[in-house]
Amino acid sequence: MRTLQRVTVTAAIGLAVLLSAGHQASAQTKIGAVLSVTGPASFLGDPEKKTLEIYVDEINAKGGVNGQKLQLIVYDDAGNANNARTFATRLVEEDKIDAMVGGSTTGSTLAMIPVFEDAKIPFISLAGAIQIIEPVHKWVFKTPHTDKMACEKIFADLKHRNLTTIAMISGTDAFGKSMRDQCVAVAPQAGIKIATEESYGPRDSDMTPQLTKIHNTAGVQAVVNPGFGQGPAIVTRNYRQLGIKLPFYQSHGVASKQFIELAGPAAEGVRLPAAALLIADKLPNKDPQKPVVVNYTRTYQQKSGQAVSTFGGHAYDGLMILVQAMQRAKSADKSKVRDEIEKTKGYIGTGGIVNMSPTDHMGLDLSAFHMLEIKGGDWTLVPGT
Amino acid sequence: MAELLQFVFSGLTVGAIYALVALGFTLIYNASDIINFAQGEFVMLGGMTTVFMALAGVPLPLAALIAIIVTTGVGLALHRFAIEPARGASSVALIMITIGASVFLRGVAQVVFDKRFHSLPPLFGADSIQFGGAAILPQSLVVLAGATVIVILLWLFVERTLLGKAVIATAANRLAARLIGVDTRRIVDFSFAVSAAIGAIAGILITPITLTSYDVGTLLALKGFAAAMLGGIGSPLGAVVGGLLIGMIEALSAGYLSSSYKDAVAFLIILVVLVAMPQGLFGRVKVERV
Repeated sequence: MRTLQRVTVTAAIGLAVLLSAGHQASAQTKIGAVLSVTGPASFLGDPEKKTLEIYVDEINAKGGVNGQKLQLIVYDDAGNANNARTFATRLVEEDKIDAMVGGSTTGSTLAMIPVFEDAKIPFISLAGAIQIIEPVHKWVFKTPHTDKMACEKIFADLKHRNLTTIAMISGTDAFGKSMRDQCVAVAPQAGIKIATEESYGPRDSDMTPQLTKIHNTAGVQAVVNPGFGQGPAIVTRNYRQLGIKLPFYQSHGVASKQFIELAGPAAEGVRLPAAALLIADKLPNKDPQKPVVVNYTRTYQQKSGQAVSTFGGHAYDGLMILVQAMQRAKSADKSKVRDEIEKTKGYIGTGGIVNMSPTDHMGLDLSAFHMLEIKGGDWTLVPGT
Repeated sequence: MAELLQFVFSGLTVGAIYALVALGFTLIYNASDIINFAQGEFVMLGGMTTVFMALAGVPLPLAALIAIIVTTGVGLALHRFAIEPARGASSVALIMITIGASVFLRGVAQVVFDKRFHSLPPLFGADSIQFGGAAILPQSLVVLAGATVIVILLWLFVERTLLGKAVIATAANRLAARLIGVDTRRIVDFSFAVSAAIGAIAGILITPITLTSYDVGTLLALKGFAAAMLGGIGSPLGAVVGGLLIGMIEALSAGYLSSSYKDAVAFLIILVVLVAMPQGLFGRVKVERV
C-alpha cells in the first residue's frame, strides 16, 4: 500500500515537472512587471496589472508575438521602492525576462533603473516624473505624460485668456510637490507670474485660511491647484465657500469622475488638463485617438468590471509599444527591441501620439492633453485647445 | 477683521473634527489605561459604512444607525478577541495590539469597501453661512454641536451613574474594583463599545467636510490623539479644548505665518504644553502610592 502511494506521488511529481516544463517551452517571451498593486499607490498598480493581464491574454489568444507566446510575470512592490529593486533583481536573475513594463511610481522606477541598465533589458516605466527620462537612460522609456506638460498646458490656456498673474495652492504630497516644482520652473518661459504660493497637507480638511490669503493678494487673476486625491476636492469646495470668482485650474491628478462627485456643485467652471482616455465619448470622431481609447475603455470595463483610469491606459501603451517593437525587430532580442522602441513613430495610444527619438524616450507633446471645463456636472472640451 | 474671522472659522471647523475624534480616546483610556490606536479606524468605519449603506439604497438616517451598530460591534470584537485574551500583558503590549488591529481594519476595509474617496451630503446643505465677511459651512457647526453633546453625556455618565463610577473604579484599581463586585470585564467591554460608537458618530458627522476613504483614520487618529494628550487624556472636556486649540493654532499659523509650517507650529505648542504640564491641560494628576 505504502509503495503504491509512493509510486503515485512520484508519478504526480514527475507529471507536474513535465507539465510545467511544457508550459515554459510554449511561453518563451517573458515580460516582467513590478507594480504597486497594493498599498498607498494601489490606484496606479491595480488597473495597470489588470490591463497587462487582459491584453497579454488577448495577444496570446491570437497566437502571441512572432509566433511565441508571452509570459507575464508580475510582482507587487506595495508602493515600496526597496521591494521594487529586490523584485527587479529577481526578474533579471531568476526569471530571466526579455523586457520589462512597469514601475508604477516614480520612486520604484528610479530604484529599478540601475538594475535594468546593467542587465541591458528594455524597461518601459509607467510613472510620471520627468526625472525618469531626463537625462536619457539608454534602456529606459516611459509612457505617461509629465507634470511639466500639464503645467505648460494650463499656462497656454491662461495666456489664451489673457491671464498672466496667478496664485498657486499645492498639496505637499509627492504629486503636488513635483508638479508645483515643474510649474514654478516653466512659468517664466510661459510668461506667467506666480504672485503668491500656498500649500496644504494631503489630509487637511479645511484650506480656507490659505485661500483667504490668496484672495487678499493684489493682482491675482487665476488660481492653480496642483494636487492629488481628496485635497483638491476640498480646496474646490472651500473656493466656492469663500465665493472666490477668479478662474480656477485643477491638475490632471484629479481628472476623474470622482473629483466631480466629491467637489459637487463647487466644481462648476473648474478647468483642468486631461488625457483623451477620460473623455473617450466626448472626442470628435475625426480625432485619431478616438478608436483606440474607445476600444480600450470597452475592453477594460468589460473584463475588469471597473471604470477606466489613465493609469491602466499607461500600461496598455507600454505593452503595445513593446509588442510592436518586438514585431518590427522580428525577435525578442533585447538590444534589437530597444532600438525599435526608440524608433517608435506615430504610435496612437491612450496617452497620446508617441514619437520617440534617441533624445526623447517618452515621445508625447502637448496635444496629449485636452483642456476640459466642468459644466453641468460633466466634462466639456474647451474649444480651440 | 474679516480675515481673522475666516481663520477662526477654519480653526473651529478643523478643531471640532479633532475634538470629536479625540473624545473617542477618553473612555477606553479611563477604563483600561489603554490608548486605542484603532480609534481612527472606528471613525473610518462609521463614515464608510454609512456611505456604502446609502449607496445600496438605505435611507441616510438608517444607514447612519447601522454604521454606528456595526462599528460598536467591531469595538466589542476588538476587546473580546484581541485585548481580553492578552489581559495579563503590559499596557505597552496592549497598545501594540490596538496598532495591529488598526492595520488589520484598514486592510479589511480596503477589501470590503474600496480604495476610493467618498463623501456624504451635509445635514443642512452645502451653502455657507456668511458672517462679518467670513464664511462657515453649517456642517462645521453640526460637528461642533455633536462634540458638545457627547461631552455632556460623557460627563453625566461618569459623574452621575453607577456604571460610570464603576468605569472609574476599574481604571483606578482593577483588582479592588473586582473585590467590591464590579464586573471589570464587562466594564472594559462597555468602554470599547461606547468608544467605537463615538468614533462612528464622529466619522458620520465629519465625512461631509473631510471626505472619507479606507485609510482616513490614520492621520485623524494622530491629530485626535495629540488633541487628547494636550487636553489631558481621559478628560472629555480636555479632548474638546485640546482639539479646538490645535485646530485654531493650525488655522492661525496657516493664515498669518506659512501654510507649510502649520503642523510644525501645532506640534511645537503641544510639546511645550506637555513639558510644562505633563498631565495635559485638564488631566488628573496621577498619584502613585508606594
